[in-house]
Amino acid sequence: MSAGRSGPVRARLAAGRWHFQHGPIDLILHAEGELDAVDRSIAQCWDRFQTVLPALVTELARLRQPAHEHPAVEGPVATRMVQACAPFAAERFITPMAAVAGAVADELIENFWQAGVTRAFINNGGDIALHLTSDEKYRVGICSEFGATLDSIFAVGAEMPVRGVATSGWRGRSFSLGIADSVTVLASSAASADAAATMIANTVNCDFAGIIRVPAEQLKDDTDLGSRLVTVDVPPLPPASIASALQRGCAEAEYWRGRGIIYAAALSLQGEVEVVIPKTDASAPWVMPRVSRNGARA
Amino acid sequence: MKEDLTEHTRVDHGSDNIDAGMPLTSGPTILKSAASPRVATNKVLCQACPVLCQITVGRTGACDRWGNIDGVLTRLDPIVLARRQLANGDDPAVFVTGVGAGTTYPDYKPAPFIVASQHEGVDMVTVVTEGIFSYCSFKVKIDTDRFLGPEQANVRHGGEIVGHVTTAEYGSQMLSVGGVHHLTGGSRKEGRVTCELMAALGNKQAVELSIEGGANLIVQAGQPPVVNGLPESRMRVGCGSATIGIFAQQWFGLVDDVVVVDDHITGVLSEHQAGRCLGMIPSGIELRGRRSTPGRYFKVANPGTGWGGTDIDDPLSIIQGFDNSVSWPGLRFLMVSTTGEHSAYFVLDEALRPQVAQMPPAVRQVVERIAENCEPALSTVLFVGGAGGSLRAGVTESPVRLTQSIKDALVNVTCGGAPVYIWPGGGITVMVDVSRMPANSFGTVPTPAIVAPIEFTMRLTDYASLGGHLESVVPLSEVLARPLKRVIQQDLVNPWPIGGKALLG
Repeated sequence: MSAGRSGPVRARLAAGRWHFQHGPIDLILHAEGELDAVDRSIAQCWDRFQTVLPALVTELARLRQPAHEHPAVEGPVATRMVQACAPFAAERFITPMAAVAGAVADELIENFWQAGVTRAFINNGGDIALHLTSDEKYRVGICSEFGATLDSIFAVGAEMPVRGVATSGWRGRSFSLGIADSVTVLASSAASADAAATMIANTVNCDFAGIIRVPAEQLKDDTDLGSRLVTVDVPPLPPASIASALQRGCAEAEYWRGRGIIYAAALSLQGEVEVVIPKTDASAPWVMPRVSRNGARA
Repeated sequence: MKEDLTEHTRVDHGSDNIDAGMPLTSGPTILKSAASPRVATNKVLCQACPVLCQITVGRTGACDRWGNIDGVLTRLDPIVLARRQLANGDDPAVFVTGVGAGTTYPDYKPAPFIVASQHEGVDMVTVVTEGIFSYCSFKVKIDTDRFLGPEQANVRHGGEIVGHVTTAEYGSQMLSVGGVHHLTGGSRKEGRVTCELMAALGNKQAVELSIEGGANLIVQAGQPPVVNGLPESRMRVGCGSATIGIFAQQWFGLVDDVVVVDDHITGVLSEHQAGRCLGMIPSGIELRGRRSTPGRYFKVANPGTGWGGTDIDDPLSIIQGFDNSVSWPGLRFLMVSTTGEHSAYFVLDEALRPQVAQMPPAVRQVVERIAENCEPALSTVLFVGGAGGSLRAGVTESPVRLTQSIKDALVNVTCGGAPVYIWPGGGITVMVDVSRMPANSFGTVPTPAIVAPIEFTMRLTDYASLGGHLESVVPLSEVLARPLKRVIQQDLVNPWPIGGKALLG
């Protein structure tokens, strides 16, 4: 019966990066610091990775239930998922699956918390867990169009309360109820950022005739979104629609930022970029949205 | 209840495994769709990972790598699109490569992608497919003077015979790796090992080869070969005789004689035509080996990994003696290899015995110049495949017209967007440098055979006149809208495939 089933696989990529893959989990990992410590942490990470997916699938049914029903879960990754979604669950529809990618990255990044590793990241399909020490930082670029120029670029420094960066949008692998090309969220963990990006991207929306939405269950078997309409195509939108959709998203981002759930967010829709950043940190040059394709930044 | 399906698919390259070396699985992935009472009739159970998705027809599983295509569990690789930025700032041009295109083997159906685009106002069509090549091989050129093995010797990998040593070319040794006789003519294991090795070689990975009666090699396209554990750095500047010819003038006056040690032809300056013309007097150095013409000696030693591709570590071992009626005490001579890697300077003592002496800087300079004139030693890998078979049916209903149109230079042929050379004569035998192809271009099927991308680009009008599948032509925008795609920058060493011409033999 199990002939052909493949376990976790890994490959060393260029520039010292690693690719771990098991079923739907695709990770790009990179660590810097003393060679021994880096090698050791990668090896430990690989060990830990072996059981991540097998453990998750045992609780998959419960994790696909809406989070407000307080699913009781046991595994460490599943627990991270439930905890990351808890702040949203009382007010919004969300299932712990909204945080699965970030939670996997968070679970594994702990293997890099050891002496000699100065910084590391685990990028799980755009949901990124960071490890940063002392004066280290990461520069993160967002591009909403494959192979195109960057929409925005920002730096995450060790002094910031940010160890997770996640992006959601209708073009991504996961479904979105909204029309944002991308919503990138900076939060204390990748799981929190993942859940928040999903929530905020869902609210970047407007009514426009050409937007095509299809019940999720018609596109994917076993989706946690059931019959909810997910976005499958967005035609070019008039500027007013873009502005109002982004405005809704910004309001949502501001709401969660005010409650301390997220640190910042960058929202992108058809070349327009909006950012929601801490008021106290407004002078920090860490978000630099590029000029929009239309030349006029919203 | 669905019957038990066994579907063979291509090697798993991992859709996001963009610049990784190895395919993610070691061989062809064979997935069995289980006849489980819990699986609905319109679904297939994917057992590729522990998630065990039950996938409805037309959908993909949680990973988006596997999908249910007409009831068959199928591996879905992203199509690779090559783009080039235009200087005038226009939208970049995009070319759909065959990498990840899939195949419609046995090709009675139109190729997976028949794409229409515009090039300088002309409607162009590119027929994109991944060919399954049973008749194919890799020709490997290894830049080295070291002896790798006798001609016709078997080349082995993983204990199996996967190819043979062919001719030596100037400064290089050629190997033939793969081919239909190893793929399907030997044991099952020989076929499997050959197939995996070929895919790895084509995908620019380092592979280990051992030659019967010769060297152990590590070969990787575009990288220096490693011979018996030692990385090769430089090609020889020429044979010993050629080296004498090139540098004679520069040595003249600095030394009384020079011996250039080389496995093929060892040269002696004073005796060589070049030295004679300069008016050098004989030194009385007597070499071992067989004299070919004056100053040129064959077989001064056995082939090996020492000086100049011979097996010697002590250069004096190839000197038989000194003619005491000609040689004189104080005679200064240089011994050097054809790469400048080995060199030694000697002066004859009163008993006409060579004593190692400090090499004068002016002599050292010429030795260094030999080294500077040596090109970096590389292994280079060409894929040779016959696309003249049923693959043509994916392009046209009248296959010979594709062959004719290629020969008439109406059709450009590329492999993953890389230019190919079309061998003259019958059929469509293509030859392409794998270094110019995108990463992970090659796959395998369990036949065993090699999967390689191939694209035929021509004017829409020419496509119509050769009986093309016009009903299957789709606009480029439709391919761009596919979720599973990977965009790469077109390698600037390659000409742009659209509007280009195949290099015809």
